[in-house]
Amino acid sequence: MAQSSTGSGPGAAGHAVSRRGLLRAAGIGAGALAVPGLAAACSSDSGSGGTTKGGGSSSKITFGSNYSDPAPKQAFASLISASKSKTGVTTKINTTDHNTFQNNITSYLQGTPDDLATWFAGYRMQYFANQGLLDPIDDVWDKIGDNFPDVAKNLSKGVDGHYYLVPIYNYPWVVHYNKSTFASKGYEVPKDWDAFIALCKQMKKDKMVPLAFADKDLWPALGMFDILNMRINGYDYHMKLMQNKAAYTDKEVTKVFDQWRELMPYLQSGANGRIWQDAAKTLEAKKAGMMFQGTNQVAAQYVTDKKDIKDLDFFAYPAINPSFGQDYMDAPADGFIMPKKAKNTAGAKKVLEYIGTKEAEIAYLKYDQWDVGLAKDLVAPTYNDIQKKSAQMIAQQKAVAQFGDRDTDPAMATALEQAIQKFIGEPTPGMISTIQQSLAKQAKSIFNG
Amino acid sequence: MSAATADVGSVSRQQVGRRVPIGRILSYVLMIGATVLWLVPILFALYVSLRPYAETSKLGYVSLPHKLTFSNYVNAWQESDMFHFFLNSVLITLPAVIITLFLASLVAFVLTRVNIKINVAMLILFTAGNLLPQQVIITPLYRLYLLIPLPHFLADSGLMYNSIAGLVAINVAFQLGFCVFVLSNFMRTIPDEMYEAAIVDGASLWTRYWKLTLPLVRPALAALATLLTTWIYNDFFWAITLIETGSRRPVTSALANLQGQFVSNQNLIAAAAMIVAIPTLVVYMLLQRQFISGLTLGSTKG
Amino acid sequence: MASTVNDASPAVAQAPKRRRRRLGRLTKKEILVVLGMLAIPVVVDLAFVWGPALASVVLSFFRWSGVGGLHPRACRPSGGLIQDNGCFTGVDNYHRAATNYPPFWPAVEHNVLWLLVFIVIATPLGMLFAVVIDRGIKGSRIYQSVLFLPVMLSLALIGIIWEFIYSPNYGLINTVIGHNQDNNLIDWLGNPHLNLWAVLVAATWRQAGYVMVLYLAGLKAADPALREAAQVDGANAWQTFWRVIFPTLRPINIVIIVVTVIESLRAFDLVYIINKGSNGLELLSVLVTNNIVGETSQVGFGSALGVVLLVISLIPISIFLYQNFKRKEGR
Repeated sequence: MAQSSTGSGPGAAGHAVSRRGLLRAAGIGAGALAVPGLAAACSSDSGSGGTTKGGGSSSKITFGSNYSDPAPKQAFASLISASKSKTGVTTKINTTDHNTFQNNITSYLQGTPDDLATWFAGYRMQYFANQGLLDPIDDVWDKIGDNFPDVAKNLSKGVDGHYYLVPIYNYPWVVHYNKSTFASKGYEVPKDWDAFIALCKQMKKDKMVPLAFADKDLWPALGMFDILNMRINGYDYHMKLMQNKAAYTDKEVTKVFDQWRELMPYLQSGANGRIWQDAAKTLEAKKAGMMFQGTNQVAAQYVTDKKDIKDLDFFAYPAINPSFGQDYMDAPADGFIMPKKAKNTAGAKKVLEYIGTKEAEIAYLKYDQWDVGLAKDLVAPTYNDIQKKSAQMIAQQKAVAQFGDRDTDPAMATALEQAIQKFIGEPTPGMISTIQQSLAKQAKSIFNG
Repeated sequence: MSAATADVGSVSRQQVGRRVPIGRILSYVLMIGATVLWLVPILFALYVSLRPYAETSKLGYVSLPHKLTFSNYVNAWQESDMFHFFLNSVLITLPAVIITLFLASLVAFVLTRVNIKINVAMLILFTAGNLLPQQVIITPLYRLYLLIPLPHFLADSGLMYNSIAGLVAINVAFQLGFCVFVLSNFMRTIPDEMYEAAIVDGASLWTRYWKLTLPLVRPALAALATLLTTWIYNDFFWAITLIETGSRRPVTSALANLQGQFVSNQNLIAAAAMIVAIPTLVVYMLLQRQFISGLTLGSTKG
Repeated sequence: MASTVNDASPAVAQAPKRRRRRLGRLTKKEILVVLGMLAIPVVVDLAFVWGPALASVVLSFFRWSGVGGLHPRACRPSGGLIQDNGCFTGVDNYHRAATNYPPFWPAVEHNVLWLLVFIVIATPLGMLFAVVIDRGIKGSRIYQSVLFLPVMLSLALIGIIWEFIYSPNYGLINTVIGHNQDNNLIDWLGNPHLNLWAVLVAATWRQAGYVMVLYLAGLKAADPALREAAQVDGANAWQTFWRVIFPTLRPINIVIIVVTVIESLRAFDLVYIINKGSNGLELLSVLVTNNIVGETSQVGFGSALGVVLLVISLIPISIFLYQNFKRKEGR
């Protein structure tokens, strides 16, 4: 145990006190100064958030919300306060930011979920209903069924035919443009592909980006894939592909990518590094002529940026295959679900019954200037031109899809999103066939086919 | 630290005389250059945070300011209910840091001052445990958290999951290893004679730990407190995976609340980011003096 | 041997007892105290770190969405969307990662690149800063604080900060060099050949400060007498450092190497915030997260990726521990 000769180390000099002195000093409680409050902290671990539990009583529920942005947050709050005055049920809103809420949904539903939660329609909802994580709400639909058209009913059903969701709004994926730009340059709204490409060429000549485009968040470009697929191969094929009943190696899929290649020169470059908000800004600044995206994003961005929303207009994606024309589009619907583990189901159902009415949708839409309600023949008094047109357009569709990442298995959607990013980075025939091979192979393992 | 000493031979003094200025100049160029480069990103974000959104969305971030304002800070503070989230961060960080340091000092003391057979195995257990990637343990951990009940005064969820206490526990477990490692290295530098003297004076094992060792390792505790505060306060992963209710999250993950679904008011987010950075900087300022001296990572003493 | 005790000389009968205690033999009471000291930390560590890590290994042999229980039977193929869940797949997850998961090999490659950049650039840079500061130039306190600043920030924050630097149309770099128009922009974060390097700059910005502090701590512990002796012998600063100081720093060097390796394997937040680790920013940690935490919910598959990460991490950990204990044996 000899001490090393160098005697290095911090405080080595400091140790040269007499042992006695040191021990005496320590005895007088130098130790107590070392880590103040240590013992206290150990015994009283103050970890509780301090909120009271509102379990059981039918007049109190909690609502897990992913409306984290100021505007939807306000719209949702307005819906909830209207619901309280109507049903007498007090609702506590727990807001989590949109992306985190989505990422944690599986844990959330199995953990300690709220009595109600915001979620999406379509397979995104069915997936969790299949796993028994949601409560069916058929009795709620017995009361509210007459308020909704069949499209909305189908969106709210699980694979087993039971109802699991009450929708609140949807919004169309369309091509946005500024009226002033079209008026000043004398552009016409293109009805079919050739006119569309001609318009893009003209815009390029006029020193504009024809189509603002961004895909850093991975999901936006799925919208382009969906619409091209529905325009070229129709809604049924699109759904088959999403449901693993058609193969990604099909020539139909090749056609979609080939069509997309033709459009590539007119899409804003560097999309993989741009967030869609920045793409929307190029449209707002009139540096871009058009942008294909949901109104829920573009119009909302105009409102947030205090841009002139009256100048914003849109048209349905141009027709490609005459046999399908402009019959289909993505129109994702958002709504509310009741987790299996909900504590106060009676109170929650009361609130859902109210939410499934026209007046509830009107209460919500008071603060929402870009989505449209799903109730039959609803025209909210607060609708602006964008919303009126959206509602009409959705009503004219023969069928609407939910969106690439809402209609298929989440793992498959991720694979497709990543493949599309590769394609955007290198839109060549070789890359297309590589992507198709790889997607088909991945589908096999994801679905364990 | 003057290099040349009075009794150095003239030849070497010439060498020193010629070398030092060049070395000095290079050092200054390097350090000042690096400091400027290191500050640019932070200052740029600060600049963005002080400008109104309408202005930067028109002119871009790189442009001369027409107006500098703190309004982004005010909005960020109010819109995100930041005070509440700061409180959560304090409730998580403070207990976690204190408990980690206490437990780690116990283990380090036993490993360095008590001769037991399993010392090596213990050190391996703790050190290696700290080096595992977080993702490797998250799923089973989440399941475990759903199974462990907690009394309601600790967690109103009644579970480890979705409770601040649960977040404290995982932070403690995960940081223990590093602290045990640093503290045991530091404790090894305390001369053995002190302990022998203490034993002679009849000090019990506990006394030797509490009254002798702890005061001596204070610099290390301060240094670790700084690092731990930074790590635990900045933790993002545990907070978003083990806490479900938005209102119970610490402030770093609540930042995400501001990055909402559509609003990309980057100026507001920059302001919020600046506010969130303040606490760790304050802790660093307070404990700075002991920071370097306390980090004995590999003692040169065997 | 130990110094003699200058107390009143002990009785002969007591001497063996005292010596035994000094050598670390424990009384019954002391054993209880030691056990009490170790119990909580060991239980916490086993329950929350090692237990879950081992459970992950088990999970990696199953196909599981994170919902429901596990069954020890083989998986059945599905027709359509609804899949068999909680069933045993053997090594299928590993096989799939290696052969049928496009991001996997890029992720391995990027992790290796990340490590190389840290070893070749970030760590030496940090060491250089530390050495220069340690020599005590004017204003060293300021340099030290500024260079350490990024370490104090959360990675989420760093992601936000660098977003301003790299943003294609509005960012600092492109605006300054005039490449922010749509026909000529440099897509720092979206171009798969560029973005990893762009992110590595940000990662280095943080890592160098971290290494600097660790190394400063090591240099502080080096014996000043050595340096003075070397300088008296006429060695210049450079020679002093390499020939005299550096060899005494072996323990700290080992720590730095381990920290470097682990930090590059753990790299996560930065790429996750930038684009969820896709399109040229694939990293193993992000792939694990995307499969386990995201909606994807392929917990079994994600765990398999996690085990791969675990095994890779254990290599440097083992080397480090071996080195560490080899020294201890020599005591």
